[in-house]
Amino acid sequence: MKFIDEYRDVELAKKLVSKIKQLSTRPTRLMEFCGGHTVSIMMNGIRQLLPPTVEMLSGPGCPVCVTANADIDKAIALAHLPDVIITTFGDMMKVPGSYSSLQQARAGKADIRIVYSTQDALQIARDNPTQSVIFIGIGFETTAPTIAASILQSENEGIRNFYVLCLSKLCPPIMKALLDLGELKLDGIVCPGHVSAIIGSRPYEFIPRNYGVACVVSGFEALDILQSIALLVEQIESGKPTVEIAYRRVVSPEGNKTALDLMESVFEIGSADWRGIGVVPASGLKLRRKFERFDAEQAFSVTLEPVREAKGCICGDILRGVKTPNDCKLFRKVCTPEHPVGPCMVSSEGSCSAYYQYGTDYE
Amino acid sequence: MTVAFLWAKPSSPITDERKTMCLAVPVKVVSIEGSEAEVEIGGVKRRVSIMLTPEARVGDYVLLHTGYAINVINEAEAQETLKILEEMASLDEVH
Repeated sequence: MKFIDEYRDVELAKKLVSKIKQLSTRPTRLMEFCGGHTVSIMMNGIRQLLPPTVEMLSGPGCPVCVTANADIDKAIALAHLPDVIITTFGDMMKVPGSYSSLQQARAGKADIRIVYSTQDALQIARDNPTQSVIFIGIGFETTAPTIAASILQSENEGIRNFYVLCLSKLCPPIMKALLDLGELKLDGIVCPGHVSAIIGSRPYEFIPRNYGVACVVSGFEALDILQSIALLVEQIESGKPTVEIAYRRVVSPEGNKTALDLMESVFEIGSADWRGIGVVPASGLKLRRKFERFDAEQAFSVTLEPVREAKGCICGDILRGVKTPNDCKLFRKVCTPEHPVGPCMVSSEGSCSAYYQYGTDYE
Repeated sequence: MTVAFLWAKPSSPITDERKTMCLAVPVKVVSIEGSEAEVEIGGVKRRVSIMLTPEARVGDYVLLHTGYAINVINEAEAQETLKILEEMASLDEVH
């Protein structure tokens, strides 16, 4: 396929690997922020190709994984209300909350439907005017404009039964939070490609400036990632960290202005609850007052049991990059894609799922 | 060291239901009607929203994410990146 296959050239990849080996002279710790990058790195065996000086950590960039149990519990409670249809991306179904999952709720009598797009959720609202249709609005800046678009469309069409459980999260603020925690001692960050398609590369500029950490925005094919690692190593070796884009076919410094304007008109910045990190101020999106009638949390009241975390699950530590799935006692033994204990094993972008599918035991 | 270059396999189809979140794929715009476009990838056609990319034109490749075109792919930059990759990769042959 165009714009994909040409970035998978094996010969070029081999040359980029030797280029990285040539460039790297000292221990370098990189984090790939995005779950999509984690999957690509694991699938392509990139960790094993890198010189021993270059260490890759996986970050919190899996929207399903970082959704806190409290928010999953809320979604499940909403699903149990009468005359409510829950619409959600498929990955959310199996994620265990404190007491059950959306999938278990559906096996009861809750009406929960998997959608591919907020457009599909809106169509379900049009088709079922006597019921309330709630979209579980997880995701980063890539997805937030599509939620904003559906809310504006709903407003314009006068659809009165469409709601969103707003759980959108923002990447640059959580990168800052991780860097402030100081647990990782990072030298460079592989910045998310499709988040940056929307926000551009400018929002990362504080990272090299304030933390001395190199940043490269990367695409998702093997050559994209190898190029990004080569650029990061180059920056780090030269002692001049900056923000570069290795995914120029999609990402510009200023991002997608139409999408940003749309997001800005519907949402304002608010706090968000991140699994493994906790509530981080100004790291999420809330509906503006003008659109608050779409807010599922305001429109419906639910009573929630106290939040519980799964015993032994170290998803939180894995999301912060301080542990890997191989450090988890449950990994591969108790926790598998068929019987996931934590969200990182459920989501196709989760670190545990990627390590399970493509990882090797000797790591 | 023997490492299989797993990416040297056919591209995964657009219809893979599990891949929903920040995953996005390049698709070609076939026709446009208002804020919707018909796009094509590997023979599969689908209607998508171009609310986020009003600048998209027939023949453009756009990046499709959860039913929305989130950006128009810049062909010139795509070519440029391939050129840069070739250059980066050829440097070590000089040594």
